[in-house]
Amino acid sequence: MSDSVLFQALVYLAAAVLCVPIARRLGLGSVLGYLIAGVLIGPHVLKLVGHGAHVMHFAEFGVVMMLFLVGLELKPSLLWELRKPIFGLGGLQVLGTAAAVAGAALAFGVDWRLAVAVGLVAAMSSTAIVLQSLGEKGLLKTAGGQASFAVLLFQDLAVIPILAVFPLLAVGAVTAPAAEGSSRPGWLQALFVFGAVGLIVLAGRFVVRPLFRLLAETRLREVFTAFALLLVVAIASLMVTVGLSPALGTFLAGVVLADSEYRHELESDIEPFKGLLLGLFFISVGAEIDFHLLVERPLLVAGLLVGVLALKAGVMYGIARGFGLDRPGRWLTALGLAQVGEFAFVLINVGEQQRVWGAEVSRPLVAVVALSMLVTPALFVLLERVVLPRVSGGGAARPHDAVAHDDAAVVMAGFGRVGQVVGRMLRMAGHPVTVLDLDPAMVDLLRRLGQSVYYGDASRLDLLVAAGCARAKLFVLAIDDPEKSVEVAELVRRHFPNLPILARARNRGHYYRLRRVGVAGIFRETLGTSLELGEAALRQLGSRAHTAHRVALRWREHDEAALEDMARFTGEDQSVWLAEAKKALENFERAMRDELTGVSTGEKDPGWDNETLRAEVKGRAAPPTTTDQAS
Amino acid sequence: MAGRRILVQLAHPVLERSRVNRRLAEAAREVEGVTLNDLYERYPSLRIDVRREQRLLAEHDVIVFQHPFYWYSVPALLKEWQDLVLEHGWAYGAKGHHLDGKVTLNAVSTGGPKEAYQPEGYNRFTMRQLLSPWEATARLCRMRFLAPFVVHGALGFETAEQVAPQVHDYRRLLEALRDDAVDLERAAAAQLLNAPLDAVLEAKEVSA
Repeated sequence: MSDSVLFQALVYLAAAVLCVPIARRLGLGSVLGYLIAGVLIGPHVLKLVGHGAHVMHFAEFGVVMMLFLVGLELKPSLLWELRKPIFGLGGLQVLGTAAAVAGAALAFGVDWRLAVAVGLVAAMSSTAIVLQSLGEKGLLKTAGGQASFAVLLFQDLAVIPILAVFPLLAVGAVTAPAAEGSSRPGWLQALFVFGAVGLIVLAGRFVVRPLFRLLAETRLREVFTAFALLLVVAIASLMVTVGLSPALGTFLAGVVLADSEYRHELESDIEPFKGLLLGLFFISVGAEIDFHLLVERPLLVAGLLVGVLALKAGVMYGIARGFGLDRPGRWLTALGLAQVGEFAFVLINVGEQQRVWGAEVSRPLVAVVALSMLVTPALFVLLERVVLPRVSGGGAARPHDAVAHDDAAVVMAGFGRVGQVVGRMLRMAGHPVTVLDLDPAMVDLLRRLGQSVYYGDASRLDLLVAAGCARAKLFVLAIDDPEKSVEVAELVRRHFPNLPILARARNRGHYYRLRRVGVAGIFRETLGTSLELGEAALRQLGSRAHTAHRVALRWREHDEAALEDMARFTGEDQSVWLAEAKKALENFERAMRDELTGVSTGEKDPGWDNETLRAEVKGRAAPPTTTDQAS
Repeated sequence: MAGRRILVQLAHPVLERSRVNRRLAEAAREVEGVTLNDLYERYPSLRIDVRREQRLLAEHDVIVFQHPFYWYSVPALLKEWQDLVLEHGWAYGAKGHHLDGKVTLNAVSTGGPKEAYQPEGYNRFTMRQLLSPWEATARLCRMRFLAPFVVHGALGFETAEQVAPQVHDYRRLLEALRDDAVDLERAAAAQLLNAPLDAVLEAKEVSA
């Protein structure tokens, strides 16, 4: 019975559905919920599932997909922007932690190769847990959150060279039966790594993108999704065949496709699979924890766990301090990144295949890594409730406000420069507004001024529901960050399809993205100001006020028409788009020139212009009946 | 035959506070064959799309200007509309023939009572006299100008029931104009369309 796939699915899904909401309600985060679910259904408690190994194998795909998504996010421009924290903070963290852990291992008399390998494994933190926790707690935008992100990014990158180095660390003495695909000598294996990497880069550049274009033209969404999945699965298979981590391959593919025009479609296609499989992954990690080992050698496991956490936190704190991070930031990175992450499982796995170590090393390693992940949410709670309130001036870390379930007609996301004007205007006109904003200082200030503003992340469905989206008449999207804004727009469109959205757009790109999501009312935030300034400039240069005003109004009309017109070409080739944009610009400028100068073009308002009337009158001997229009 | 197409050019800057015009407009909107063009709703910043307005005029046979009477004239946007849309060479002049033969009238609400708009009343002038600029405009554009449909004493109305008879008459008038059941000669000669409404409509029915 317990072998049937249906029963297994039942157990896993039920465990997740029961444990995750409870964990979140308790403020522990979804990752801990999954881990606890895994422990509960695992071989040591309820015995509903056996050792999670085969499920883990399947669930590792969640990690694979997560890395693909991480890769997709990793545009070269972002890398460049964050180069200092990524390579400085991240580089030092990986090297420093690896050295510290390896040093400790050496001190206990471990072979140097094994020590280095264990050090490298320990340097990894959990991208999944940390990013999800930071996101849930609204800490991602803080200095510490950004630093954590940079370090995690570097770790993601570092996996590649580490995987390449691993074969060279194989301890010759171990004579375990050769795992599949790893019977090659180290140098040949290294060659395979670079060969496979090259293949992925080339294929991503020259094969995958045209294929995407072809499929996008069919307009069959499920085919597109299928291809996105196929791509990930295919790369993973290739990687397994050459004896490499599938995660590495898909990560690379993600980077290669990061600047493709299909990035967002890919992201939204893969995202739900990733979420589900990642959950499964955490459950199987929970199920995987070897409690026998814990019982047999509790001191060893506990010692290793505490040692690793302390070393990692210590190294990170020192580095963060050296980089001038504020105190909350230092503590956030130190405690937040102290766990050993899911990459470690991948590395441990590979290490076993590459005969870096045998089961007697990998079993306690897996246990320590899993436990370190298990205690992470507890560390975050400690950080949030105990450490941060002491080291910061308050407000750096706070839970989302409980939104009073009021039935405001309007729900507004973002209460910055744009949102404040709109929100206050609506309130003054007698429409209650529920506002969600993520800037703690701003929220506090506005509340002291008597505004009902809630601290909360509008990209969370539960908050949108609590804010009353189901009954609201209007959703005002005034978030300045385009990524977040589009995310929220998508969420609202999906879950409240009948709720009209009025959105602020930062620029044309943002405008088109909101438009694609299906937002009908989009307002570019700088347009109004620019028109007013232009109008003032024309007046300064001698135009009559009314004329200048009408020029500005007409400019807006032309500009909006051109913007809508160009929307047809956003999916096209760059060259087609450019040609059309150039044409539109020329038309636009000609029309505006006529407005300003052309007396006889018919583009201005001849009702106020008596040229033709004068001509007609001059052409006749006697004044006709039509001369009573004064000039 | 499909009947005459009617364009109601509604000009009211605060329609939501209106007692008469809002209800008249609702009635007009429901009459088949009527296009209601809510000018203040369409042009909130008073910037009129001249080409669109001219297209609308060309597409209709009867043009009704529905508005409150502000200082014995029309709200500002309708004056602007007049200035810009009725272009020389399009609406009038040697080459302007787009409005030739169309029928036009004003549907007006006034605050004062009917008696005020008499030579002996406190406003001194009749509605037709005060609307003579519109009559002159119609003539210059070679349109047939009818007597106005006037709802007097609009300030006194509170409930929908009080306006109901006028709303009913307005609907009848629009339907009759659509169905070509109006004696245009009599309608052009009358002081107001309201008082002799039955006469104007019945006369045509008898003669038909």
